[in-house]
Amino acid sequence: MKIAKGIVHRYGDNVDTDVIIPARYLNITDPKELGRYCLVDIDPDFAKRVKEGDIIVAAKNFGCGSSREHAPLAIKAAGVSVIIAETFARIFYRNAINIGLPIIECPAAATAIKEGELVEVDFASGSIKNLTTGEVFAGQPFPAFMQGIIDAGGLVEYAKKGKEG
Amino acid sequence: MGMTMTQKILAARAGLAEVQAGQLIEVGLDLVLGNDITAPVAIREFEKMEVGTVFDKDKIALVPDHFTPNKDIQSATLCKIMREFAHQHDITHYFEVGEMGIEHALLPEKGLTVAGEVIIGADSHTCTYGALGAFATGVGSTDMAYAMATGKTWFKVPAAIKFRLIGELSEWVSGKDVILHIIGQIGVDGALYKSMEFTGAGVSNLTMDDRFTIANMAIEAGAKNGIFPVDGATKEYLEAQATKPYKVFTADDDAEYDEEHLIDLAVIRPTVAFPHLPENTKTVDEIVASYPEGIRIDQVIIGSCTNGRIEDLRIAAKVLRGRRIAKGMRCIIIPATQKIYLEAIKEGLLEVFVEAGAVISPPTCGPCLGGFMGVLAAGERCVATTNRNFVGRMGHVESEIYLASPAVAAASAVAGIITNPEELMA
Repeated sequence: MKIAKGIVHRYGDNVDTDVIIPARYLNITDPKELGRYCLVDIDPDFAKRVKEGDIIVAAKNFGCGSSREHAPLAIKAAGVSVIIAETFARIFYRNAINIGLPIIECPAAATAIKEGELVEVDFASGSIKNLTTGEVFAGQPFPAFMQGIIDAGGLVEYAKKGKEG
Repeated sequence: MGMTMTQKILAARAGLAEVQAGQLIEVGLDLVLGNDITAPVAIREFEKMEVGTVFDKDKIALVPDHFTPNKDIQSATLCKIMREFAHQHDITHYFEVGEMGIEHALLPEKGLTVAGEVIIGADSHTCTYGALGAFATGVGSTDMAYAMATGKTWFKVPAAIKFRLIGELSEWVSGKDVILHIIGQIGVDGALYKSMEFTGAGVSNLTMDDRFTIANMAIEAGAKNGIFPVDGATKEYLEAQATKPYKVFTADDDAEYDEEHLIDLAVIRPTVAFPHLPENTKTVDEIVASYPEGIRIDQVIIGSCTNGRIEDLRIAAKVLRGRRIAKGMRCIIIPATQKIYLEAIKEGLLEVFVEAGAVISPPTCGPCLGGFMGVLAAGERCVATTNRNFVGRMGHVESEIYLASPAVAAASAVAGIITNPEELMA
């Protein structure tokens, strides 16, 4: 996937992994099932409302708290194509890349983009276009290896592909 | 340019003479940790890698502690996956229920985490081992899988914030108050991606259990790791517990820090973090002033990887001895490991707890993450010695968690409202 395009779901500061996927669902490991409970404690209808390709925009420190990889897995399985935030918590950042969920730190875009707007992200150039307002933001382009991980669907698949190729 | 303590450890394990903040490095790992929530996902990824064997069966620790003794069928299934993997790969440090404890209390006690090491764990509170002068940080399950296969991981070398500690804590103030005070000052992302390096003459006035508590909650400020210098107390601890040699690293005098904070331990007050973030701190004095009728609570939890160690139980027992838990209050006490449990029996602490009307749980993370053994209903309030008070962390989204020290928690259990232990014990 080189381009993501979707409707924005907006959240504030410090969206923690407990609200992304509460511990009562941590006895589940199937990503599809985890996706059904994605963000349930902060936005109970999210999993029903979200459409394939939709985008999450958040403020500071998205994904703070526990190391549960179930959190990015749930977001990815719910259909989210990319998360744009001012900053990400560090373990969430690693986990998202490792499972092949694109994330971009771009404070300008994360501040300006509003709930319900249509946004397009070009991973190769890092360009974030708000198709609703016409605004364009310059995010960091994904380095080749990160694009490789996302295309492969995660670090493990990427590592395997490298070994075979 | 000089290096911080963290940078020196990372450079050594990466085989480099020098590293700088922001540099991407690959490092060899001394220990890779997982639990019953994160390891099953890592095992699934490990098997996809088709490498066959783990890199070193002595350098992997698997601890079923979160939902154990198994809370339900699905949790039992996850534990079974981990147990079978441990058996199949002959993992030396697999700890069955009965030998186990909460991972971050257990592994130092077993001497498996020592100064100078690079340790990753698929659990965010892996940063606890920084108390012993190790570089230790939390990762996810995929990183754990890759590490189990290769014995390596990559890091971006962190910049650092220095906390220079001076003075001595007053009675009824402990490591928990120190770290809550610091998080209250810098915020839950105040140390994002960075090391928190604790230094200064005040360090020697902190017990090892205080240091474990402080390093444990570095992640609650967003830090990559928290780390303490190795002093006489650390060496004494390591010499009693360690199963392997340790190595002492010290920060260079000209190491660069993004920020420096001076923390006078003598002026830190018993501190409580209000819902729903660890940065929402108030001292007990502020609470008394702002809530003249007190904040009524339904439950108290004393335990967790943050505050379930023997010193924590001793403080709780000192408060609860000869007193009763308030009518209608539930007080749940969780010794963090089997060894701590046994010590608490021998010292008569458990008798004090039962006589006070508390219940004692086997070692488990349980209620800290809303698993079991003390989940909250809508509208309920809990004072907990745990580490996170996020929305819904301990149960219903409309429940509330107040983070505090064992002394504040025990005093609050007796009074039924959030209470300053100094006043109760005066």
